[in-house]
Amino acid sequence: MNDRLANAWALLPGYLSQHVLLSAAAMALGLVVSLALVVAAVRSARVRWPVLAFASLIQTVPSLALLALFYPLLLALSGLADGVFGVGFSALGFLPSLLALALYSMLPVIRNGVAGILNIDPAVIEAARGVGMTDWQRLWRVELPLAAPLLMAGIRTAAVWVIGTATLSTPVGQVSLGNYIFSGLQLQDWVSVLFGCIAAAVLALVVDQLLGVIETGLARRSRRRVAAGVAALAVGIAVAALPLGRGAAASYVVGGKNFSEQFILADLMTARITEAGGTAVQRTGLGSAVVFGALASGDIDVYVDYSGTLWANVMRRTDVPRREPMLADLRTWLEEERGIVMLGSLGFENAYGLAMRRDRAEQLGIATIADLAAHASELSMGGDLEFFSRPEWAALQSAYGLAFASRREFEPTFMYRAVEGGDVDVISAFTSDGRIAANDLLVLADPAGAILPYDAIVLIAPKRANDDVLRRALAPLVDAIPLALMQEANYRVDRERDKETPAATARWLENEIAARGK
Amino acid sequence: MTATAEARGHPIVELRSVRRAFGATLAVRDVDLSVGPREFLVILGESGSGKTTLLKTINRLQPQDSGDVLIEGRTTSAVVEYELRRRIGYVFQRVGLFPHLTVAENIAVTPRLLGWSEESVQARVDELLALVNLPAEMGPRLPAALSGGQRQRVGVARALAARPKIMLMDEPFASLDPVTRDTLGSEYRLLHERMGLVTVMVTHDVLEALLLADRIVVMRDGVIVASGTPHEMMNERSDAEVRKLMDMPRRQLARVAAMLDNARRP
Repeated sequence: MNDRLANAWALLPGYLSQHVLLSAAAMALGLVVSLALVVAAVRSARVRWPVLAFASLIQTVPSLALLALFYPLLLALSGLADGVFGVGFSALGFLPSLLALALYSMLPVIRNGVAGILNIDPAVIEAARGVGMTDWQRLWRVELPLAAPLLMAGIRTAAVWVIGTATLSTPVGQVSLGNYIFSGLQLQDWVSVLFGCIAAAVLALVVDQLLGVIETGLARRSRRRVAAGVAALAVGIAVAALPLGRGAAASYVVGGKNFSEQFILADLMTARITEAGGTAVQRTGLGSAVVFGALASGDIDVYVDYSGTLWANVMRRTDVPRREPMLADLRTWLEEERGIVMLGSLGFENAYGLAMRRDRAEQLGIATIADLAAHASELSMGGDLEFFSRPEWAALQSAYGLAFASRREFEPTFMYRAVEGGDVDVISAFTSDGRIAANDLLVLADPAGAILPYDAIVLIAPKRANDDVLRRALAPLVDAIPLALMQEANYRVDRERDKETPAATARWLENEIAARGK
Repeated sequence: MTATAEARGHPIVELRSVRRAFGATLAVRDVDLSVGPREFLVILGESGSGKTTLLKTINRLQPQDSGDVLIEGRTTSAVVEYELRRRIGYVFQRVGLFPHLTVAENIAVTPRLLGWSEESVQARVDELLALVNLPAEMGPRLPAALSGGQRQRVGVARALAARPKIMLMDEPFASLDPVTRDTLGSEYRLLHERMGLVTVMVTHDVLEALLLADRIVVMRDGVIVASGTPHEMMNERSDAEVRKLMDMPRRQLARVAAMLDNARRP
């Protein structure tokens, strides 16, 4: 417990500073755009309705989806820029988060700004025109000062939203306080989740209070209060920017998706690179769809993916080949189509499997998916968030004629709890998951070979294709991690008691690999 | 052109066939009007007669649809709107003081827009506060702390700040109590004379028009239906329109005079 708390505190400066800078930049960008739209909207009733409708519409897009949508958009733009100007930009992390959060900040600012200006006594506007102000003078000297208190209230709301929503930028590769929450949820590290939530809430409260000081300062026309609030915010942002100057830029970026095994493997690869004389930073917690694109475009240099995932999601293949020919096909395709190097398989599969509590399976006499099909109509099925839309599910259904009484979707963590608690009878387990052994689950056999192989494979970005340090560091990992070893490693971070950090587990795993004398 | 305006020399403000429509309604129908140097012209009319619209065509708060407005012989459509307005004082019933600015800052608005030095702005503010009979300590106050009469004094001071030759006043004292209205009216008339201003004031108050104006024009349904000095309006005009309008103050004055007579008798 204290270990994990100490770990969380150690990560705070980095996470907090990134979170503050991202939020501040998004607010600044959002404010500039919003104020321009406010001016357009108050000057013309024809513009007003579309502007307000647009801002409201953005608010109805789920924030995570908004963040995720910017990634492919920016990737395409970056490709375009690379083609036209010969200069691309990173579509990962800061930029998509910045744009999505800036959009998110706009509604309260625009709505309050427009209301603030339109509510000004028409006599004051008539006087402003009568004394000979230009439209801009009227805006700066009369309309904005009079709308300022209401506008500030909108800015406060926007700031709280942005700081809260910025925690969702982790899956698109931007470090934020959300890293505590996303990794904590995956690792069932509630200390980390809570720490992230509290840190984000405290930050939001502090910023809200400081903006509140500015707001009352504007309402009471007290320059001192306004200056004090602005100064405090500026100092906060400046302090947050300090860590950026420190630390030389790392030479390698290790990517990872959003679950325990990926965190451990990212830590393992980072350690190996460091030992081989390189420096590395991590971008973990990335969405499954984001991470491959990030590697292809060179935003990350290396990560571990699974053959079946690439086969179905990237190559868009619907057939289910055997393990070896599939890996060969994949290697060729990645090399030829994307220039990505497949260094090799780590030695285990993290495949989809259907799992049941052993006692329940034995009670019903189920050992294979074919046995399960006979009982399916009385049983309920739980899947992770993507399982039911994956080709594996379609393949299973057509191969075995599975028709369950009901089905539900879960975050993986809650899915295991659901099967343990009997809320569902069957789940879509991951075969390398430590909880399978620990919870005494039975992975049902797949006699028809309907499920794709999911070998864990190390992928290297095109620009690092011939990089010696990476090859030296990572080649020893190929075929070095058998399934049982990975399961045990995963269990060390997933278990409830004596939970270990991914970094500690990665050290343990490295020692185990060395001891097995690869 | 009337006899009075000619007698005073070249017109300062001249309206030629000015027309202004709001949708299908004609608010001002091809009005001709000229105001001479130092003249105090009152446009008298009921609400909806078009008098305010006519006034506002002079500083282009209401642009005319056709016709021409000339200031000192030059058409206003050739001048940038805000520059025109900085040269013309404008006072209206709802005052429109800037609530976030102090009294002094309100008065200083137009001089600052014109880029006066801070020194001359300060001097002008002090001068104006005295001119409109406000104590100097009112300067740093916000408009919310003032009474209605004090606010309109500031409104007048703000309009006069950049030393305009022309003052446009749209029912400036209508929402004040009768005593304040009378005081401010006569004080302004004195300022008008001392500073040699050209004033065009709109009112629906016949007595106010009679007491302040050099010349009165009566508007109804967007046209000028009568024009003359207060004296002519009261005594010499035989048209029904004017007679009807002047009947009310005449009857009131007669009754007040009768009361005074009665009071004098032992």
